Amino acid sequence: MRKLSSKIYMYALYLFLYLPIIVLIVFSFNVSKSRSNWTGFTLDWYVKLFHNETILTSLRNTVIVALAASIFATILGTTAALGINSMKKRSKTVFMNLTYIPVVSPEIIMGVSLMLLFQIFRTSFGFQFGFASLILSHISFDVPYVIYSVLPKLRGMNPSLVEAAQDLGCNQRQAFFKVVIPEIMPGIFTGFLMSVTYSIDDFVVSYFTSGTNVQTLSITIESMTRLKVSPEINALSAIIFLVICIILITKNIFDNRKLRREQEQFRAAQRKESMV
Amino acid sequence: MRRLLAFITAFLVLALSLCGCSSGNAYGAYSELDEELLSNYDYTRFMGQDIILNVANWGEYMCLNEADMLDVNEAFEALTGIEVNYTTFASNETLYSKIQSGSAEYDIIIPSDYMISKMIDEGLVQKLDFDNIPNLKNIMETFLYPEYDPTNEYSVPYLWGMVVIIYNATMVDEEITSWASLWDEEYAGNILMFNNPRDAFGIALTYLGYSQNTEDELELQEAALLLKEQKSIVQAYVMDEIFDKMEGGSAAIAPYYSGDAVTMMAENEDLTYCIPVEGTNQFVDAICIPTTAQNKEAAEMYINFLCEAEVALANCEYTGYSTPNQAAYELLDDEVKNNPLQYPSDEYLTEHTEVFVNLSDEANELMQTLWNQLKIDGTNPWLVPIFLVAMLAATVFVNVRRARKKHSDHL
Amino acid sequence: MKVSKVFAVPYAVWVLIFTIIPLGLVIGFALTDSDGSFTLQNLFDMSDYMAVLFRSILFAIIATVICLVLAFPAAYIISRAKSFNQSSLIVLIMVPMWTNFILRTYAWMTLLESNGLINKFLGLFGIGPLNLINNGGAVILGMVYNYLPFMILPLYSVMVKIDSSVIEAARDLGSNNFNLVRRVILPLSMPGINSGIIAVFIPSVSTFVISRMLGGGTSDLIGDIIESQFLGTSYNPHLGSAMALVLMIVVIFLMSLFNQFGSEEEVMP
Repeated sequence: MRKLSSKIYMYALYLFLYLPIIVLIVFSFNVSKSRSNWTGFTLDWYVKLFHNETILTSLRNTVIVALAASIFATILGTTAALGINSMKKRSKTVFMNLTYIPVVSPEIIMGVSLMLLFQIFRTSFGFQFGFASLILSHISFDVPYVIYSVLPKLRGMNPSLVEAAQDLGCNQRQAFFKVVIPEIMPGIFTGFLMSVTYSIDDFVVSYFTSGTNVQTLSITIESMTRLKVSPEINALSAIIFLVICIILITKNIFDNRKLRREQEQFRAAQRKESMV
Repeated sequence: MRRLLAFITAFLVLALSLCGCSSGNAYGAYSELDEELLSNYDYTRFMGQDIILNVANWGEYMCLNEADMLDVNEAFEALTGIEVNYTTFASNETLYSKIQSGSAEYDIIIPSDYMISKMIDEGLVQKLDFDNIPNLKNIMETFLYPEYDPTNEYSVPYLWGMVVIIYNATMVDEEITSWASLWDEEYAGNILMFNNPRDAFGIALTYLGYSQNTEDELELQEAALLLKEQKSIVQAYVMDEIFDKMEGGSAAIAPYYSGDAVTMMAENEDLTYCIPVEGTNQFVDAICIPTTAQNKEAAEMYINFLCEAEVALANCEYTGYSTPNQAAYELLDDEVKNNPLQYPSDEYLTEHTEVFVNLSDEANELMQTLWNQLKIDGTNPWLVPIFLVAMLAATVFVNVRRARKKHSDHL
Repeated sequence: MKVSKVFAVPYAVWVLIFTIIPLGLVIGFALTDSDGSFTLQNLFDMSDYMAVLFRSILFAIIATVICLVLAFPAAYIISRAKSFNQSSLIVLIMVPMWTNFILRTYAWMTLLESNGLINKFLGLFGIGPLNLINNGGAVILGMVYNYLPFMILPLYSVMVKIDSSVIEAARDLGSNNFNLVRRVILPLSMPGINSGIIAVFIPSVSTFVISRMLGGGTSDLIGDIIESQFLGTSYNPHLGSAMALVLMIVVIFLMSLFNQFGSEEEVMP
């Protein structure tokens, strides 16, 4: 009984989460531009999507900004995490609190404050809103996530590893690149992925800092919702949704397989032990 | 994990390559101009210089990407080799904010009359060099030396129209003739209203029988009261969102601009319009160059291009607005020329319509404040004190509990 | 470890330029007028907008509570599922977050409109059309929908660490379901609840897209008003900064108040 009710609850929850997305995808195949009347099946919007320069340009801008910002944020965040990790308690607290600011401050305040900063840049040395302002602001909100995912790995690292490497003849630099970096790599990678995710999905900060000449996908879509959303956007979101699903499902299958194998090995080992 | 990375890289590469290989051709639209209609003008002098022109225009206000019609920007790019970066804005006030805030780098803007005179006053737009815009000769004389640009140095008229009521005949039984319908309880929850102060106040003032350009505080207060009264029956305050809502039939009655009414009526047969008997607002949107423009001469070339007969014709046919361009007007069908919504007689215009002029800073500020009050109204006034008390109580509670806990810890 | 603290210097510089100075600019703008001279007028003018600020806080609190109520059982069910299923269930929660946030909200417009899909569906049974959009309820729904995963994920990550034997022990000692949740699960998931509330409340209280799209300009929030001071219909960055400043202070106050609650609960027996 309890099982059933929790099952029903979960189905209802997933329906709630997926209903709008299903609607989006279904109406990407609709003949007319209407969002509520089904008038027939077509793949036209997918064809048109690849001819719509505005959407494609903003998709490209989004990818450029997200990649550039994430790469830079990953480097900056990783070095920052290395530095913070070797600090004494008090300065560590100060830095962690500073890192906390962008995470807890409302996005709109971040957007507005960065916009004011870039305006000062503009009047004082001719800085122009565009890719530069977008990438700079994206780095600012990405870095904390990198720090948050790298620091635990650094803390969890066995300090004797580095010593061992040095005993075995590594100099400091080699020890760093051959031992420390590989050890914290999963954290760096998670941080990078989170940065990419946040950058791609960001609307608010980009809205205030993009100026008018470089539009990311979120901004283009938002300005479309003020007018008419073309079903081409539905088609694009269907494609993105499909790609994300494939990535996550494959990752999930691989992880599960690995997990199952490990459990089997564990069980096998146990059996061996009991036999002995 | 590594596989995941590979997947993502593959996706990104795919996305990028797709962007790269997409051709610039709009789907179904064409970009070849009729040589015979093109004026004798050197459009090729910036060829190969990689100039980018940033154009800001109202939404749905230029013929672009439409099947079997001229794609204006594509045609301009093909003709001149100048790349057009086209963006849209929702209202005059938003455009003003973007320019004032300095985040915008426009070469071409198309604001309305009163906003143009405000921008001229504040030095936000610059004088045009009409040697580069010989096609000014195409503009009808009645549109030259307008009140908003009395010396005719800063702007070239683009399109004009009126504010009308558009309604869905299946949801409204009577024939609508007056602004009063926007205050009719019968349509409660089915009325849309302008989401910008100037147009909204314009309607309320006309309905009250005052001038749309009044600076009288009492008259403005009265109009604000009327708008407040209307708020309870308004479904939503919209700008271009109206297309979706009216065409889709999710609202019954709304005031909007005449050209967009034409467009909506073409999409949905149930829609019809009325020019209210009390009179209405006539507006002219004109092309200007902001002071901060990077490519003034290229921008002037673009203005000249927009005044080409064929281009102006495409724009007015696509948008449904009326053209001030004589050469384009002559190419129109008689049916359109005789449509009282698009080309009412001059007598009608002088008798029934009023053009916005730029108000004094005080009047503008008052209107803005009244508008903000209207928009934020609707919460219970008791909320503030209740909330403060709740906060206080919470703080006291936390501290008392903490003190108690400390006390019991000591024991 | 021989990694020196010098590594944190570039980051410190970065934080200074792109976090601290901008926030200082907001304070500076809030306390000056357009001529650049000091004034408190902007803060005084704020009093006209207090109603809207409180409405935003109220909406955000309601949305946060609904998220918590919906997410708590969900996170618990997932955390008690078989470990193979757990990761799939969590991935399913995360997938919608990867679709563009504005598109998801837009899809709700399609669903809620008076001739939208929900009303059409209800119409089959002769109900409606109901007035589902352009009101406060729709805005709250939009907040709940968009930020629900932010509540489920942290809750799940603490609940998954609760050992089943703890729950069994509580059962064996005779506690019923209600007491089990109140005395065992709730205190143990407090850190998750804490971060979940922060992750839902902050974006909700400051949103301006959701209220514009689902509220139809009839229930503007503080975010809308701030946006309109910078890039919208009433340009006044000084007043806008004052609003941003007040919003920031309110958020900090509410969060610190809540954190006190949270830490108290955590040490409760």
